[in-house]
Amino acid sequence: MRIELERSMSRPLFKVLMLVALALTAMTSVVYSAEEAGKGAAGADWRSWHARNRVANKDSLQRGARDFFSYCQGCHSLKYLRYSRMAEDLDLTGAQLTANLLPPGSKPADYITARMPPDDAVSWFGKAPPDLSLMARARGPDYLYQFLKTFYVDPSKPTGVNNLRLENTAMPDVLSDLEGLKRADFHSAEKSGATQSTGAAKDFDHFEEVAPGKMKPEEFDRFVRDTVNFLDYVSEPSQVARRSLGIWIVLFLLVFTWLAWLLKKEYWKDIH
Amino acid sequence: MAATPSPNPSVPAAKGFKAWLYRRLPVQDFIETQLTGYYAPKNFNIWYFFGSLALVVLVLQLVTGIFLTMFYKVGENTAFDSVEFIMREVNWGWLMRYLHSTGASAFFIVVYLHMFRAFLYGSYKAPRELLWLFGMFVYLALMAEAFFGYVLPWGNMSFWGAQVIVNLFGTIPGIGPGLVEWIRGDYGIADATLNRFFALHVVAVPLALLLLVVLHLVALRQTGSNNPDGIEIKERLGPNGKPLDGIPFHPYYTVKDIFGVGVFFIIFAMVVFFVPTFGGLFLEAPNFEPANPLSTPEHIAPVWYFTPYYAILRAVPDQRMGALLMALSVMAFLFVPWLDRSPVKSMRYRGWKSRIALAIFAVTFIALMYLGLQPAEGLYVILARIFTVLYFAFFILMPFYSREPSKPVPERVTYHAH
Repeated sequence: MRIELERSMSRPLFKVLMLVALALTAMTSVVYSAEEAGKGAAGADWRSWHARNRVANKDSLQRGARDFFSYCQGCHSLKYLRYSRMAEDLDLTGAQLTANLLPPGSKPADYITARMPPDDAVSWFGKAPPDLSLMARARGPDYLYQFLKTFYVDPSKPTGVNNLRLENTAMPDVLSDLEGLKRADFHSAEKSGATQSTGAAKDFDHFEEVAPGKMKPEEFDRFVRDTVNFLDYVSEPSQVARRSLGIWIVLFLLVFTWLAWLLKKEYWKDIH
Repeated sequence: MAATPSPNPSVPAAKGFKAWLYRRLPVQDFIETQLTGYYAPKNFNIWYFFGSLALVVLVLQLVTGIFLTMFYKVGENTAFDSVEFIMREVNWGWLMRYLHSTGASAFFIVVYLHMFRAFLYGSYKAPRELLWLFGMFVYLALMAEAFFGYVLPWGNMSFWGAQVIVNLFGTIPGIGPGLVEWIRGDYGIADATLNRFFALHVVAVPLALLLLVVLHLVALRQTGSNNPDGIEIKERLGPNGKPLDGIPFHPYYTVKDIFGVGVFFIIFAMVVFFVPTFGGLFLEAPNFEPANPLSTPEHIAPVWYFTPYYAILRAVPDQRMGALLMALSVMAFLFVPWLDRSPVKSMRYRGWKSRIALAIFAVTFIALMYLGLQPAEGLYVILARIFTVLYFAFFILMPFYSREPSKPVPERVTYHAH
């Protein structure tokens, strides 16, 4: 088959097509080969955790939207996204949107704002919680996943918690009722007696559960992945359309280029 | 006299509208001298696609740029939001933006390959020195265009990139500090800076770029294209007065270039539709955060196409010397036609010294490109210094290593029909 193809298509074109096919295969395998994130209870490998989210998965996006509006929107806005656009992209009906997600007094065409007034936020947390429209693009989904899963108890902080991914974060552990509370053990803490909050992440050894939450670890893991997936969608709402259109564009260009090659060959027959 | 006599007797005289038009505009003349009557060497290889591709990318950038300008709102409080508006709410806005941002990187890839071709086959050597100079001015204008364009989305890397690049002018003795303020129009990178960079990006530099491209093409038509054998095909004419080794640009190279454009767009579309940020190389992650004068990104690095020069800048401990060396590293290309003393043009007939020098230079350029993206610390700085020396050695030693015995150049071009 390969040899026949090669013969019928002439070598340079065959080479080009093979290269294109190779490049496509390489690209897709990079996307899908993200290995299973280490879910060991200890969490020593937290830096290599991957979100492994798929924005094309609408069920996950719907769950993520529900999670976001229950747990995040109190403080965080999505100021570049309208409720109506989100409903359209996530296959939510107008009735579902109004009944479940739209705050009283808001219209579907409104941008998604936080419920908390920004001035209060500054006085409560020391800084306004950031808008999350582009956070998944600025930091990456893996960062968000690692951030949401590495909160630990730290009594020296005003919020009572600290975070491995973003040390000394001003954000309280709003998901602790779902995940439960965990304590972080550090190797240097015993050796040098250093306080937990200084350079904690690099000396981190493992987590230990302090209090259980409402969710089992697998349930909480899915909760975080769905939420991160939703934020990934929010950061670029056209990405699913972009990828599905891209396949057709590339297929068209392959046919076009093949015809262009035949035309070139026809014209160049008389050049010796 | 309805028909206009054609200068070429084999072409039938035009009638009707064509005749009306041809009497008033030199359309026919242009086609016959520039396309069907312009003879290009028949032995062009893959390296000869990149000139026409650069022209295609230029048109792509102009067209997508016009659409972006319709929705982009210049100003420090509106620029970032308007880019997100384009990405999310303008119909096909995301496509225009990705075509434009990917097009910027594609432009440099194509231009770098086009320049490498000139080094391979000595395309800058007499009588094509002006052709090379105009090409280099196109490259310089392109660098300015890319820099101004990169500032417009007003992301945090836009802001800090502009800060670093503009401050380089401050190292010029005497006038430096005043000059920086004059460029910025403020005491820092601010609204005034953004507004003037917008004016330069959408009006001034594109006009200069177009003029230089026209001059580049006019100079090319005057001397005729070089070719992989580095032979002047005009020196061997057939009985019809046309070069024996030449073929009409149209239809032969137009159909060939259409194929090249097809292959280019397959790769280009795969980036635009599947990896538009190209792993942070074409669109950098910190630029999805709005410009913030109070928060410096962890590593400030320009976009990949500037990093070879950026690596040279940082390789020198003294900032003023670094800036000077960086300027020289770009300018060095201008002198190549006079530094190269080889009796032959093409690498095919040069000796081993020239070949090794060019190979080392290609590796050096890519290595510096990589090093410019890394933090300036430890081994990276040492490597950047070594490659900076190699970079300049390529140019400074060129008059010596290029003057080596060459292999005999054939009288006719090498061509094997496919």
